[in-house]
Amino acid sequence: MTRKQRRLILIGSSLGVLAFAVALILGSLRDSIVFFNSPTDIADSKAPPGKRVRLGGMVKVGSVERGDNLQVRFQVTDGNRDIPVSYHGIVPDLFREGQGVVAEGHIEPGGTFLAETVLAKHDENYMPREVVETLKKQGHWQETAAPNTIAVKASAK
Amino acid sequence: MIAELGHYALVLALALALIQSTSPVIGARKGDFALMKLADSTALAQFGFVALSFAALTACYVMSDFSVANVYENSHTQMPLIYKFTSVWGNHEGSMLLWVLILSLFGALVAAFGSNLPATLKANVLAVQSWVASAFYLFILFTSNPFRRLAEVPAEGRDLNPILQDFGLAVHPPMLYLGYVGFSIAFSFAVAALIEGRIDAAWARWVRPWTLLAWMCLTVGIAMGSYWAYYELGWGGWWFWDPVENASLMPWLAGTALLHSAVVMEKRNALKVWTILLAILTFSLSLIGTFLVRSGVLTSVHTFSTDPARGLFILLILCVFIGGSLALFAWRAPLLKQGGLFAPISRESALVFNNLFLATACATVFVGTLYPLVLEALTGDKISVGAPFFNLTFGPLFVPLLIAVPFGPLLAWKRGDLYGVAQRLLAAFAVAMVGLAATFAFAGVKAVFAPFGVGLALFVMAGAVTDIAERVDLRSLSPETIGRRAAGLPRSAWGTAVAHFALGITLLGIVSASTWGSERIVALKPSQTVSISGYDLSFDGMVVRDGSNYRETAAHFTVRKAGAVIGIMEPSKRTFPSRDGMSTTEAALLTRGVSQVYLSLGDNNADGSIAVRLYHKPLVLMIWLGAVVMALGGALSLSDRRLRIGAPKPAARLLAQPAE
Repeated sequence: MTRKQRRLILIGSSLGVLAFAVALILGSLRDSIVFFNSPTDIADSKAPPGKRVRLGGMVKVGSVERGDNLQVRFQVTDGNRDIPVSYHGIVPDLFREGQGVVAEGHIEPGGTFLAETVLAKHDENYMPREVVETLKKQGHWQETAAPNTIAVKASAK
Repeated sequence: MIAELGHYALVLALALALIQSTSPVIGARKGDFALMKLADSTALAQFGFVALSFAALTACYVMSDFSVANVYENSHTQMPLIYKFTSVWGNHEGSMLLWVLILSLFGALVAAFGSNLPATLKANVLAVQSWVASAFYLFILFTSNPFRRLAEVPAEGRDLNPILQDFGLAVHPPMLYLGYVGFSIAFSFAVAALIEGRIDAAWARWVRPWTLLAWMCLTVGIAMGSYWAYYELGWGGWWFWDPVENASLMPWLAGTALLHSAVVMEKRNALKVWTILLAILTFSLSLIGTFLVRSGVLTSVHTFSTDPARGLFILLILCVFIGGSLALFAWRAPLLKQGGLFAPISRESALVFNNLFLATACATVFVGTLYPLVLEALTGDKISVGAPFFNLTFGPLFVPLLIAVPFGPLLAWKRGDLYGVAQRLLAAFAVAMVGLAATFAFAGVKAVFAPFGVGLALFVMAGAVTDIAERVDLRSLSPETIGRRAAGLPRSAWGTAVAHFALGITLLGIVSASTWGSERIVALKPSQTVSISGYDLSFDGMVVRDGSNYRETAAHFTVRKAGAVIGIMEPSKRTFPSRDGMSTTEAALLTRGVSQVYLSLGDNNADGSIAVRLYHKPLVLMIWLGAVVMALGGALSLSDRRLRIGAPKPAARLLAQPAE
């Protein structure tokens, strides 16, 4: 085999693996990325029911209800619109009323957001970045001191 | 006073670094040995000053000097002493200081132990190392000064983030940084080789031990971080495909590829250009990792800081070093001569295969990590790319790689015999098939992928055993001969086999914990019992205790198996008054062999019950055990005489050590 043929085999197989990887990436990007939405986006029905999205905002003060069997209901607000969220499981340590939250799940046909995962802020100063921008857009944001950012997730499989 | 001393020492280190950045290069150009030699002294002195600076910051922490802003923000008088030490790097400024400390340490090590390097190569390597160091000294001094004083001295500090007050976090960042920054040596060697326009097999022999050392530290560092997340975040996951984790995984993948391609270069003088490129890319990924974590562009489980000025500064460093080194590569790489030829079926090709898949896997992680950032910058759409993406892309790329692992070491250099190797792997294949069939019989068809995962893990492990068995010729010789041959095998051969075996251990742990693990989330009242996978946990009641700087509410559980008490578990919640009542969840772990029962607390309910999250994680400890064994394999390789000696020693020293 000549040097040229060997190099061709090498380059050919490299391109093959790369093409395979690109196909994998494109295939999974279509199915597994999740868009972030504010309560206003959801209320304007930017996300169709059943599509997996992230919802971020503040936990509305006075909205948290704990039901039987680890059922939690609360409302997420951006100061403009409120979205009811239903979650089954254990919420993170610093999930509190009046604090930032990001929930991942989908909209039920009735308009309730069924959360599968809840991420809460983990420090008095910290807000998820998306939530800050949402609140800034709605004019409900005040700059606070240097944040220490730790988000903690809770999963409800 | 101590803080100012530390600050001043850092400025002096910068001044030395600037000298070291220039004069050795000029010396190497002009053949002036005095100028080249200068780099040795400056590298050692630089390390001395950074160490002094780091010691000064540590002293401020130990003495709780709250006039230093950094100490005020991250420490507390009542915090246990060990966390006063670890707080030094539990924050942005301090961790950057640790970064440059390790960087200057590696520079000093090259200066001290690189006596057998050619003078020009050594001078250039130390100069390049110093370019990186200068950039980061400037970064610290201009944007992240850990020694900044407060005008009014507060009486008490704000405490370290409670989630970081943990032994795992004491070890994780230094190990991770040793890995990240250790790759800077490979980078400096690569850039120095490009500057000289010359590279040979000896180059690979010098680079390999440094890469290996960095890789070992990174392996242990990633494993520590993963174990920390597993027990501290309270929901039993051990890998989240979080951007910060990906930031450490990418250099690991590229570094693993580099280790393997450096073997080809050392043994066969081939793949030169690729190895150089990989060395540059590996450290570039370390820099990108630093950027992702330190600039605050991400919101994730452990990003500690947000400040756009810092982000821009690191981005600038990133562009200069990655852009510069790649441009240098494009300009100078064609000068490097092509090395030895090899057939498509050969050890070299197997290592190319390894590199191809590792690099591609690394690229998919890169895309998944950066795509959301790029998309947001371009369109404003906010998306998250989670575990499903990585499982779908990373998984399929790793399967062929793992299948190929046992083949590689058995193939001959230059021209291999695939059929012969396949025959020698028949026993390993049989082991894998038996494991696969047994898993099918045992677990049923519910989990389709699991038996194949188990089979693959066993194949990799049995393949590593086959490798050693073949080398000592296990079948045909007498026990003494086998013993002698085993002792005579180069340690790097043992290292390879051990590290590959460990890969199987980790895979087995991953498959088992994710397939046969079980999870229950329940609300319990005192004296109630919950069962999982044959373990019965009865909730005895709550206990309130005071810790050094927190108050702990623990739930007391008695664990029984088949009626017999096998242990107690006390998961707890800790609240930290110093952090406005911020609380952390401390999971309780009951270890049985390499499996664990995992219990963490949720909220108290109105009816007096508590929510608990309970997991059974079969073989979960094998995930991290595998990583540790992998690093041990690296250590075995590193202890190989060939690597220790590096290049031929002067004859006089060989004579002085007849025992060697």
